[in-house]
Amino acid sequence: MSLAHKGRRITLLGLVLLAGVYVRALAFTPLERFQGPAQKIFYLHVPAAWSAMLAMGLVGLCSILYLIVKDLRFDRFAAASAEVGTAFSLVMLTTGPIWAKPIWGTWWTWDARLTLTLFLFFLFIGYLLLRGAVVEPGLRARYSAVLGICGLVLLPFIHLSVYLFRTLHPQPIVLKPSSPSLPGSMLVTLLVSFAVFTLLYVGFVTQRYALALQREAQGREHA
Amino acid sequence: MADLLRQAWTVARKDLLLEFRTRTALVSALVFSALVLTMFNFGRDPTAVATIDLAPTILWVTFTFAAMLALNRAFQLELENQALEGLLVSPLSRTSLYWGKLLANLVFVALVEAVGLPLFVLFFDVPVGRVLLPLVGVIALATIGFVAVGTLFSALVIRTRFAELLLVVLLLPFLVPPLIGAVQVTARLLGGRPLSEAAGWFRLLAAYDIGFVSLATLLFPFTVDE
Repeated sequence: MSLAHKGRRITLLGLVLLAGVYVRALAFTPLERFQGPAQKIFYLHVPAAWSAMLAMGLVGLCSILYLIVKDLRFDRFAAASAEVGTAFSLVMLTTGPIWAKPIWGTWWTWDARLTLTLFLFFLFIGYLLLRGAVVEPGLRARYSAVLGICGLVLLPFIHLSVYLFRTLHPQPIVLKPSSPSLPGSMLVTLLVSFAVFTLLYVGFVTQRYALALQREAQGREHA
Repeated sequence: MADLLRQAWTVARKDLLLEFRTRTALVSALVFSALVLTMFNFGRDPTAVATIDLAPTILWVTFTFAAMLALNRAFQLELENQALEGLLVSPLSRTSLYWGKLLANLVFVALVEAVGLPLFVLFFDVPVGRVLLPLVGVIALATIGFVAVGTLFSALVIRTRFAELLLVVLLLPFLVPPLIGAVQVTARLLGGRPLSEAAGWFRLLAAYDIGFVSLATLLFPFTVDE
């Protein structure tokens, strides 16, 4: 079975299971007492954020590995991961405000975590733009690895600085839902959703990786 | 180490010499920051917002933009006649090449800031006399952070299309932590708060500088080697 085929199978399985998560979250998980139905988006938003973070972490890790061993497989993986990460961060950045408006009363606040995720998205975009701007594959791999590593180091700094910024200026609205000890059934839904989103990440990245291989082969044929 | 610094100084001296002979970039950057300062004056409602409330923002947005403008030229001038290749085959170590570029950029941006700060005081009548020393300190710390990442990235984008635009897009997220720190410290200094209140921000700025100067030194060879 080819890699692209495998990726499609994993993605398909992930999508079917995602439908299962919807059903479980909407029909078989109790309503949160204070937030009501709005809280349901949590089962998408948090796992999407997890996948986006995972994607960035692996972009950084593959970047380091690429610079050490100069194996193009790491570069291909980092590129695939960045593209998939962009998609997941978009899911995170759109579901977040939809929830925030009814609960916090505002679409957006400059809370540490929100700012961090916004910059995660900017980093992904910058990374992909840089890749698009460099034509030569070896150079592209090296340049994007340098940026990937810098991005990974930047994120804790952004989190820390925005966190300090906020704590020094308390806001009237409750910025973070106090980390609730989730009731069992909600926790199960969340964990299942985490697993499904991770599976989707694997499926997407596998397909994207296979696509990169195909493109490279095509490039060699034309050359 | 002494060798490294001497080589770095040679590179920096070369860049600065070129700069002072033509002066185009320097004069443009100076005029640019003066213009941004005047734009800020008209970009606000003076009856609604007191100058002192807006002062840190004005100062730091101006300095951020001026620094980015300056960084674009760091490797641009090495593109002509394959000057960069010449530098790479010379017996310079990669580290001293990076540090030399960093140093030249620092001097360049510092010159722009040295003119920008008095202009800022003049235009907006901000009392900086009492806090001049810590203010210069925070400007130095933030500038080192800006320039450390900026020098690395200007080497990254140099051989790409739309280099100027790409540099801005890649660099701005990296300027956010030093910008936040610098604005916070400046606001406290101008507000007459005790220096100890800003200690945490100074530490953050210093940590950022140390972190990114080391990281960029480590990563720079990968951006220039063939």
